[in-house]
Amino acid sequence: MLATLTPISQLPELLLPAIRQTLTMVAVVMAIVVAIGTPLGVLLHDTAPNGLFPRARLNAVVSWVVNLGRSLPFLVLMASIIPFTKMLTGTTIGISAAVVPMSVAGIPFFARLVETALREVPREVTDVARASGGSTLQIIVHAQLSEALPGFVAGLTLNSIAMLEYSAIAGTIGAGGIGFLAITYGYDRFDTHVMIATILVLVALVQLIQFTGDRAVRHLKRG
Amino acid sequence: MIELTELTKVYESAGSRVSALGGVSMSVRRGEIAAVIGPSGAGKSTLARCINMLERPTSGRVLLDGEDLTALREHHLREARRSIGTVFQASSLLSRRTAARNVALPLDFLEVTRRERDARVQELLERVGLGDRAGAYPHELSGGQRQRVGIARALALRPSVLLADEATSGLDPDTTSSVLGMLRELRDDLGLTIILITHEMDAVREIADRAALIQDGRIVEQGRLEELMRDPRSALGSSLLPQPTPIASADGRERWRVQYVSGQVDPDWIGRLSSALDAPVALLAASIEAVGGNPVGHATIALPPRNPTQVRDVLAASGLHAEPAPDADAAADGADADTVADAARVSQGTSLTHGQPLANSGLTRVA
Repeated sequence: MLATLTPISQLPELLLPAIRQTLTMVAVVMAIVVAIGTPLGVLLHDTAPNGLFPRARLNAVVSWVVNLGRSLPFLVLMASIIPFTKMLTGTTIGISAAVVPMSVAGIPFFARLVETALREVPREVTDVARASGGSTLQIIVHAQLSEALPGFVAGLTLNSIAMLEYSAIAGTIGAGGIGFLAITYGYDRFDTHVMIATILVLVALVQLIQFTGDRAVRHLKRG
Repeated sequence: MIELTELTKVYESAGSRVSALGGVSMSVRRGEIAAVIGPSGAGKSTLARCINMLERPTSGRVLLDGEDLTALREHHLREARRSIGTVFQASSLLSRRTAARNVALPLDFLEVTRRERDARVQELLERVGLGDRAGAYPHELSGGQRQRVGIARALALRPSVLLADEATSGLDPDTTSSVLGMLRELRDDLGLTIILITHEMDAVREIADRAALIQDGRIVEQGRLEELMRDPRSALGSSLLPQPTPIASADGRERWRVQYVSGQVDPDWIGRLSSALDAPVALLAASIEAVGGNPVGHATIALPPRNPTQVRDVLAASGLHAEPAPDADAAADGADADTVADAARVSQGTSLTHGQPLANSGLTRVA
């Protein structure tokens, strides 16, 4: 079988829209993930025995649900929740269809990362905030999450990279973006130029996210 | 005024019940500094958490100026907590907030206006001598400075009671002194009632008006500091006094341990004793100081054999309690009783007025 290689001069034309699609996908997913995953992570941490409002049963339920969301490989998850995706978005292909399984996979992951970040905060911080007369919400926001911010941002970085990876997998269901490019050109048509280009772009994106995240964490830790 | 009546706290987990507090009662008057002292694991921190209601006691009451905090629902409890300022261990600042923002925390929670908050924060930082360190982060401050920030934060909402929970643990002696000095100053200036929870006898001796010894979740002894120190049977009192090792006495002399039991001891008592008995009095060890303006202390002396009753009577007339002292080896054993563990050991060794032996409650020597 003969491969038709896309001329290098035409690669930007192909790649730029794909990068934009990928970044849109990751950004939308991360917004959803943070919005839902953060409260879930707080719930995991604060309903635990030493948390702010221990509720053993609720903790067990949330923990079980989160583990469920994390136990399926992304490809399996994506395929298995297609009816749910269709119900929510009306479609099973394209960016909006990819956002659903990516969020479903990303939320429990992020919830665990938030929980871990909160666990790093000394318990005294919560005691201080309680003794200072804070309401539950004030304590969570101004003491727990605020003190956990470096860990939170590290989690954000980790999760964004995971979502970038998932977006490439979601490319297989025609979600667009870099992954879609890699599959349709690089894999299906043996277009080595596109394949290498997508790899370089993915590597660059991961490095960029990690670098930015690490810098932010360092800055936040300083004070 | 804060009053604890029969506070108990039982932790239940997986079918087992652990009693952390077994009925603690004490009351502290306005403007008083009361110390609760005890070895690790005696229930000190549980007691602290029950006083500021971070945890609800299982039974008993915490009365703050007549209001029963234990009867309050969670929402009102938040308000009640604001009338008790808590100074935690030195490490308890929020690391990502500056000194000023740490002090501001309770004010932020109360949602006071920014101008009011900033003015109060500045006033508090100046009060604790850190007016120029407002913008410093905790890691840029020394241990003593951090603790001053903690004190300022505890004072932010103008509480009537300050609870210092191991507030000087982990600080070096000089810093400890300066922090304690600050607490005393605050009491004098603001009429604060201060409850000091600690395992350090020095801290108690330095600022407390009253002290309570807690063991196995119970208060086994409490009283005013001078009274404890003047009570020859008080284990807490004797551990509050320095216990110097007596020097050796000449053969044939009898050793007596003499304790100041009155506030009006004649400083000249050795001379008086000597002339009353017509005998030389050898001073082997002594520790005498003024607490609350009056002398407290004890001494070990050696005399030629005399009628014990006569010795006691002469000394009693000077406001002293005397007992024949054990031999040199045993006396050395009682030396340097500067910690709670020693207090417990003393009380165990002499099996005092308390109903039970106060032994082996996991007592570790704390330095």
